[in-house]
Amino acid sequence: MNSPLLEAGSAAPVPAPVVITAHGVSKRFVVRKDNALKERLVTLGKMGRQHRQEFWALRDIDITIEAGTTVGLIGHNGSGKSTLLKVIGGIIQPTTGTVSRRGRMAALLELGAGFHPDLTGRENVFLNASILGLTRAETEDRFDDILTFSGIGDFIDTQVKFYSSGMYVRLAFSVAVHTEPDVLLVDEVLAVGDEAFQRKCLDKIRSFQAEGRTIILVSHSLGQVTELCDRAILLNRGEIEFDGNAHQAVMAFRNILEERRVEEAAAASPDVVVHEGHVLGATVHAVGKAIGDPVLPGDDLRIVMTFDHDDELTGWIGALQIDNASGQVVYGTKNSLMDVRLPPLSGPLSLEYTIRNVAFGAGKYFVNASLLDSTLRHVHDMPQACTFNVPFYPLATGTVHAEPTLRILDAAEHEAPAV
Amino acid sequence: MTASKDSPDARTARFRRLASVPLDTIGSRSRPLVGAWASIRDIGGQKEMLGLLVRRDLKARYKDSALGFLWSLIKPLTQLVIYYVVVGKFLGAARGIPDFAIYIFTGLTAYTLFSEIVASATASIIGNAGLIKKIYLPREIFPLASVGSASFNFLIQLAILIMATIVVGSHPLGWNLVYFFPSVLVLLVYATALGLLLSALNVYLRDVQYLVEVALMVLMWASPIVYTWAMVRDILGNGILLNIYTSNPITLSVLGFQKAFWTAGDGTPFPDDLLLRLAVTFVVGLVLLFVSQRVFSRLQGNFAQEL
Repeated sequence: MNSPLLEAGSAAPVPAPVVITAHGVSKRFVVRKDNALKERLVTLGKMGRQHRQEFWALRDIDITIEAGTTVGLIGHNGSGKSTLLKVIGGIIQPTTGTVSRRGRMAALLELGAGFHPDLTGRENVFLNASILGLTRAETEDRFDDILTFSGIGDFIDTQVKFYSSGMYVRLAFSVAVHTEPDVLLVDEVLAVGDEAFQRKCLDKIRSFQAEGRTIILVSHSLGQVTELCDRAILLNRGEIEFDGNAHQAVMAFRNILEERRVEEAAAASPDVVVHEGHVLGATVHAVGKAIGDPVLPGDDLRIVMTFDHDDELTGWIGALQIDNASGQVVYGTKNSLMDVRLPPLSGPLSLEYTIRNVAFGAGKYFVNASLLDSTLRHVHDMPQACTFNVPFYPLATGTVHAEPTLRILDAAEHEAPAV
Repeated sequence: MTASKDSPDARTARFRRLASVPLDTIGSRSRPLVGAWASIRDIGGQKEMLGLLVRRDLKARYKDSALGFLWSLIKPLTQLVIYYVVVGKFLGAARGIPDFAIYIFTGLTAYTLFSEIVASATASIIGNAGLIKKIYLPREIFPLASVGSASFNFLIQLAILIMATIVVGSHPLGWNLVYFFPSVLVLLVYATALGLLLSALNVYLRDVQYLVEVALMVLMWASPIVYTWAMVRDILGNGILLNIYTSNPITLSVLGFQKAFWTAGDGTPFPDDLLLRLAVTFVVGLVLLFVSQRVFSRLQGNFAQEL
């Protein structure tokens, strides 16, 4: 590969080479319920097949990952994301299909997987580094960095079984990130240690990204995925449901989660507890659009909530609150704030709130409806009574929509720093 | 640590280096010879880790015990005393065998090497389940690490044996010492082959490790460790039965050890052509090792999900 083009210097950006390709990868698991010789013999043959249960953890996966990208694998539990990560890591062989890769790979599937509790921290560092592919000399070179990063200090010569769980994972993470991998596989391990250490981990991941290392991470923290990844792959029942921009993948995933939630809520027995007052339901849509259509910035949002009371409730309040997908309150209002007194509630009654000129950022939002009495006691709440979506906006992230512009200031325009 | 300002350069350099490496397809070795060679190369690349794993096993084993490594000697020495007193004195076997203590210890040293390798290798894959499920390594490493730590204990025991022969005054410095090397090789090859095979089978069927315990007990008494080969010959006669008994690789190795270290037994009968038999057995053992490595690599694909 000594082509003159590549020798020309760093002026022309080098195209990112492919580091991982998976082609037609499927994985079938066979679960046996008998594992002892006696049971095997008893259930030999025809009976034996009843004791086998198979399912496809992955079906026909095709992916290509270029160097320098950070890819998030998302999906609910059992969707096959960890299996895919293990197939990429070579820990599990696919039933069909091939996986090819290049460069040094480090898998952070479980921190401290190679630690032996009876050995000291120092001995474990050398053992673990060697498992992750470093030679003894390389580990010796980096030992001080590893120790400093982990913050273990003098405990390094103590047996790791006396470590706190935080120290244990800190040391393991520190070893793993100092092995200079080209490809780093991460499975749910970034949420370790205290906040300061987590920040250190994320900083390290960022510098990995800047250095053109490839990171593939499995995470249930969708916020982390949108923050770190430039691409996300959404898996559902072992198949790729979406592959592309991380924000869009997360949004698609939230839709799947919402469908499931609604299904489960429908399957669960209806709430039979008798309240004196109820929130009967709520709908939301943009004015001039149907329910379920995306809500665009600038639309007027119309929310209709229906309340009921068995006897009669005076001085009552019908409140609404809008949460984003991570449960953070984005907006809330109620008639008492707007100085509107409501007639006594003695039968079904609907309130129509219109929120003008909304500017929500991209994502899924939930409307919670509440019935409060005059003492502000919650008589009945209906969380996530209805939902709406705001489409992906490529120029900005966050829960607020606003249009950004950018201009580079001339030298004369430099503002004096405020001291 | 790389400073952030030269990150773009690091990035470019990395991309260039990566672009020059061929894409490597994971785990698709269909042709047996190429596959075996690739496995050997893989393991060769992990020599250092193999050493670390052996040391981990050795260090961790007696980490918190006051006597430490002495324990690995106490067991064979106790065995020696029991056999010497019970079999040698009470049952009278020592009358026909000169230097009976040396005789037993020679056989025990050889047999302990074999049994320790097979027993610990069989359990090695399951014992390292945590690692195997989380990190890709050539999995042969784990049974091989068992071979390493068992060999270390063997060397200690061997040193004691040699010291004992010197104390007794029958130091084994002679041409017969030549028998030692093929005997050790035969033991290592067969124990490694069995260890590899059984460690893989044990993942799928946990009964294997209990079966191994029983088989190792039988094998110990099936070799001339506390009795002599001549006693067996007197009962079985010179026919095919004796031939079958003698062809047991462990029996041959034990006999080889005795030939090398038990100088007091120079006059006692040994099978003919012991060296040739050891050589043939060794070659057969190599074939067995190859086959079990192939079986191992076939089975190892599903280790991570079966553990």
